[in-house]
Amino acid sequence: MEVVVASAVGVLTASGIYLVLRLRAFPVILGLALLSYAANVFLFASGRLAINMPPVLSKYGEASYTDPLPQALVLTAIVISFGMTAVLVMVALAAYLKAGSDAVNMGAPGTGAEDEEADS
Amino acid sequence: MFIENGFLLVIAALPFVGALIPGLMIRAGRTACASFTAIPTAFALVLLAMLAPEVMQGNVIRYEVEWLPQLGLSAAFFLDGLGLLFAGMILGVGLLITLYARFYLSGEDPMGQFYTYLLLFQGAMLGIVISDNILLLLIFWELTSLSSFLLIGYWKHLPEGRQGARMALAVTGAGGLAMIGGMLILGQIVGSYNLTDILTEGEAIRASEWYLPALVLILLGAFTKSAQFPFHFWLPHAMAAPTPVSAYLHSATMVKAGVFLMARMWPALAGTDAWFYLVATTGLITMVLGALIALFKDDLKALLAFSTVSHLGLLTMLLGFGTKLAAVVAVFHIINHLTFKAALFMTAGIVDHETHTRDIKRLGGLRHLMPVTFLVGTVAALSMAGIPLFNGFLSKEMMLEEAAHTTWGNSPYAVGALATLGALLSVAYSFRFIAHVFLGPVRDDYPAKPHDPPFGMWAAPALLAACVVIIGILPAAVVGPLVAVAGGAVIGGGEMPYYSLKIWHGITPALFMSVIAVAGGLVLLAMHRPLDRVWNAVPRPEAKTIFDALIARVAGASRGITESMHNGAISRYLAIFFVTTLIVGYAAWAGGGLTEATRAPLPVPPAVAIGWVLLIVAVISVTITHRRRFLSLVIIGVVGLMLSAGFVYLSAPDLALTQISVETVTIMLLLLALHFLPKETPVESGAALRLRDGAIAAASGLGVAALAYTFMLRDVDTISDFHLANSYEGGGGTNVVNVILVDFRGYDTYGEIIVLGIAGLVIFALMETLLNGPVARRLRETVYEPDRSRDRHPLMMVVATRVMMPIAVMVGIYIFLRGHNEPGGGFVAGLVISIALLMQYMASGFAWTQARQRFEYHGLIGFGVIIAGLTGAGAMLAGKPFLTSAFDYFHFPPIEEFELATAMAFDLGVFLVVFGAVMLMLYSLSRLARIAGETVNREPMDYDPTDRVENRKEA
Repeated sequence: MEVVVASAVGVLTASGIYLVLRLRAFPVILGLALLSYAANVFLFASGRLAINMPPVLSKYGEASYTDPLPQALVLTAIVISFGMTAVLVMVALAAYLKAGSDAVNMGAPGTGAEDEEADS
Repeated sequence: MFIENGFLLVIAALPFVGALIPGLMIRAGRTACASFTAIPTAFALVLLAMLAPEVMQGNVIRYEVEWLPQLGLSAAFFLDGLGLLFAGMILGVGLLITLYARFYLSGEDPMGQFYTYLLLFQGAMLGIVISDNILLLLIFWELTSLSSFLLIGYWKHLPEGRQGARMALAVTGAGGLAMIGGMLILGQIVGSYNLTDILTEGEAIRASEWYLPALVLILLGAFTKSAQFPFHFWLPHAMAAPTPVSAYLHSATMVKAGVFLMARMWPALAGTDAWFYLVATTGLITMVLGALIALFKDDLKALLAFSTVSHLGLLTMLLGFGTKLAAVVAVFHIINHLTFKAALFMTAGIVDHETHTRDIKRLGGLRHLMPVTFLVGTVAALSMAGIPLFNGFLSKEMMLEEAAHTTWGNSPYAVGALATLGALLSVAYSFRFIAHVFLGPVRDDYPAKPHDPPFGMWAAPALLAACVVIIGILPAAVVGPLVAVAGGAVIGGGEMPYYSLKIWHGITPALFMSVIAVAGGLVLLAMHRPLDRVWNAVPRPEAKTIFDALIARVAGASRGITESMHNGAISRYLAIFFVTTLIVGYAAWAGGGLTEATRAPLPVPPAVAIGWVLLIVAVISVTITHRRRFLSLVIIGVVGLMLSAGFVYLSAPDLALTQISVETVTIMLLLLALHFLPKETPVESGAALRLRDGAIAAASGLGVAALAYTFMLRDVDTISDFHLANSYEGGGGTNVVNVILVDFRGYDTYGEIIVLGIAGLVIFALMETLLNGPVARRLRETVYEPDRSRDRHPLMMVVATRVMMPIAVMVGIYIFLRGHNEPGGGFVAGLVISIALLMQYMASGFAWTQARQRFEYHGLIGFGVIIAGLTGAGAMLAGKPFLTSAFDYFHFPPIEEFELATAMAFDLGVFLVVFGAVMLMLYSLSRLARIAGETVNREPMDYDPTDRVENRKEA
């Protein structure tokens, strides 16, 4: 099971980083989404894996539970990463609508940065 | 003997508190402003006077307040003789300057600002001289650099003022940084940052192997502040400041801070060869060089500035001699220099103010036109020249006596001869000040008609000139006790050396040296004109050019580094970031050891294997198909789904619920955004770039996977046992994850919902700005393809979502209510209800749904934060820490027993914020669509079958 989780985290990270390094906003956003998946699972896994041991206290005597703390942290992280993605999407959208290009690098073709410089 | 007295703290705080006053009082007029500025200073002076008798008896007054004891930093103040002398000077001259500046500044200058800066500076300076803790001293030290920057650059419209202020800040600030290092070393050697401890550990400090670095660093701070060669160049440029500032900072206080520091540290650092050669030599060079340059300066203030440099050199040299007698002489000269130099600066200011020029070549003959100014200026200048009956003579005589008995290297005469040369030059420029400004024939080409200023303006320099004469005639009676107690403080107690403050010491070497100096000075003055021509013809290194070139080179180098790293290409920053992280990670891995695995791997059932394959294939597909944006978006949904399934399997039901609902919302958001973005990503990066990125990505992925795999097989100490044990008894819930969120780590959650709320508002604000700008026009011109669907709000979907709406809301409420004990809670509930509403938006369109909305999403965010905050504050009312949860069980027949917890109110806040933020984000996006000319439908669906029934009825 550990191999499964570790390899999933690895593949998510690798794909995330590859996409984040692209030159357009949309793949970068996708990459960040994949990276946040990777980070969340990584954090979650730091509580070690357990099957059938949810951290919900049993009314029926002793039972063992998995580590609840990473879960609580990851829960908020998931929601926050949604907020971050949303802000990023809006910024990318605003930039695209304004500049007519969704290139992430300044001075890249079509961003309008060179035109403005030429104007001024 | 130490005496505790809280007055010290009040004295230290008064100027800073007082700094608030001028800004308020300036509305009441300039005189009122100046008067009220004087009050805190005067008050502090009175308090100081009340403490003075104790200090004069040889006691030390202390007061200490703990500040950051972990760092050895405490707000500790102490007042001994040296501190008393300086504090008295700072406050006394501060009062005079306040008066003088009232008349000096013109109506256009923002006077309130000036007095505020002045008081800030005064407070910082005062802090330096009464700090007992060297870290505290450093803080005040830097504060003087900053506040003097404001004062020097006070006339913001003058480029010289701005440049001078920058140069002063750069030089003294850099010196201050060096001094921080020196002080920290000193503190480490002694094991305490308190001066009272450091000063008694002189032996240990001088014996330490760290003595030399500490000494050099501290001296760098002192030399830069006191304008010692080769850092002397900033002081003349700082003369662009208004004259009250020059008189205060550059004669009496700030430039003396370096001298003060050397005097303060004298018991700890002085007495070694290194000290003698570093300090005395620097002082000697500065003294002679400063005096030489001063002689050839035509600007009155520049002349005074270089003479100040020269006199600071003299003081430094005296302290550098390392003998007790020389140190006492230095103290005496500090007093004398203060009186005559401040008076001279103010005189120069008066001349400038009345004649509108400071150029000596355009002045002369003013003694008839400005008799009072002439008298004051002459008395002060004669004292500076070291003429008997004026106080400058006394300390100069004692200095020459000391110099005559000092051996430098193998030469017994070098110091004496150079000191005489310095004195000679000093006589020459002092006489030049008198002769070329006041004497000579009256001219008819002054830029303005000169006359004596009003009383308020000459009162302060006249008072100082009176001191010059009184001290000059009756030294022992007037300042004898002060010199004794301050000198005693400098040499760190012990026996006082024999000295006597009197005019006639008999026929001594110093007398001969003085006579040579005066005679030589007069000769030089007589030859000034030809000498001046020679001086101007000889090329000299110009400090400002060198400084500017140096600054330009440093700025160029840092710009080069910045621009090569920070060129606007985010991809490049990210690549640098990932590679750096990889290298650091590799270094950590290569340098650390690994323990044996302690956990057995869990088995992988077939279902999990299938999920894993799906996940991996989906992730890789997203990467491969990322140019086809719509497709990759659909596939990324699979990733989220598989992760949720994984969370379920791995005992994290809460995470699974959150992940799946967040996934839904995220995809909707991206879909909406994609509507406006290009649907394809063009191929821009070449194969090499892709290969490079692929390599970085693969290496990072491998590293993270290896790390995750390694730690998952090893056990760890965790604090979770506490949470599991206390969740029910302390938090009243059986779902430990939820209890952690709303109780144990409620503060975290509180912060996080605020962040989420801000994210929502940011998006709203961004859209608002965007839609009010030129973008809106471009959007309105959007042309849609003709082949769009005509049935955008299909009947089936409308009906289905309408039916599902109450059910979805029910589910949301249910998930919310059970959250404390079963998987669920505010986060998930907020998302679920958002999705229920979003379905309405999708089915019936934005406008139709919006028309039926009765509350604002902004408000929801606000209410959520307030409810959560109030719940937390409620705990404080009950005397418990913020966000402590309270709960109890209730039983009303026929309902089953249930629990009410304050945590639920907190969770309600969480719910409202999540709901509000998510809806606000999507709402903002859909507004874009409306601007872009999407048709607005008033009906819930495009094709409504009931219409036909109605029509038929009517027909």
